[in-house]
Amino acid sequence: MDDLLTIAGKAYSSRLLVGTGKYKDFTETREAVVASGAQIVTVAIRRTNIGQDPNTPSLLDALPPSEFTYLPNTAGCYSADDAVRTLRLARELLDDHRLVKLEVLGDPHTLFPNMPETLKAAQVLVKEGFEVMVYCSDDPIQAKMLEDIGCVAVMPLASLIGSGMGVLNPWNVQLVRDAVKVPVLLDAGVGTASDAAIAMELGCDGVLMNTAIALAKDPVKMAGAMKKGVEAGREAFLAGRMPRKFYTASPSSPTTGMIGS
Amino acid sequence: MTTTASISTLSLTINGEARVLAGPATVASLLDEMGLAGKRLAVERNGEIVPRGLHATTGLADGDRLEIVVAVGGG
Repeated sequence: MDDLLTIAGKAYSSRLLVGTGKYKDFTETREAVVASGAQIVTVAIRRTNIGQDPNTPSLLDALPPSEFTYLPNTAGCYSADDAVRTLRLARELLDDHRLVKLEVLGDPHTLFPNMPETLKAAQVLVKEGFEVMVYCSDDPIQAKMLEDIGCVAVMPLASLIGSGMGVLNPWNVQLVRDAVKVPVLLDAGVGTASDAAIAMELGCDGVLMNTAIALAKDPVKMAGAMKKGVEAGREAFLAGRMPRKFYTASPSSPTTGMIGS
Repeated sequence: MTTTASISTLSLTINGEARVLAGPATVASLLDEMGLAGKRLAVERNGEIVPRGLHATTGLADGDRLEIVVAVGGG
């Protein structure tokens, strides 16, 4: 049977979600996204550059919305109000598109989520019919609050956005995993393929990343590595790892029939 | 009457920048003038979304604050 990730009633075969920022150009963006196997891609909503040539290529040409599920985000928003306005614009921009990524940041140094504002925005957005995937702290209590509001997925940070520091608090990630029934996607902080595998081994339903791929020396190769990391971690989780035996070794070879015995 | 002079120009704030436009104007005529007609974008006027279907019939008023946005790469 297929092992699918279901978000807001829609099933996806890939558990890796990728961002589309920080690439050299749209060609590299597309090649990396394709290599990652991601079906959901995040995009940002920004003002048009007044005076810019209106015929410059757009992200939508490189990654047609017919091929990928867009996940418009509220990156850079520091208040619930700005986040809600941004996603209303995204909904209009993408023809009544409902699936969104909410993030309300606390400060530009850590990009840590401002949870009170995040909860406030989530309430408004869910009421307005948005399907809200939400960037949040790795806190099981807040994650449960977001689920209770009606968010369709919670996305705790592994470590600071763009830091590549990996999964710094696996215990909290598991607490979040156990606290909610909606999908848990680890978002932010993944640095390399083993981080993605660790996230999946912890029981996360998926991983969202951008910088780890875009700023790798070879983004397209790293996108492929991340795809495998997520798949390997998921399989290991489903297989069920052996119990840890602390301070006691257990030989893998027979202990009888040794020569000279 | 001298009010026609003030009606013939519109002082707008578009994406945070001040801009004076000859009136009367609609959202659609503004986008056209900016070379943005037919582009995939979204418009907010004074904090409210202007749906694409209403661009042609939504008139602009002096003092309007407009946001015109597109999708760009982001994480």
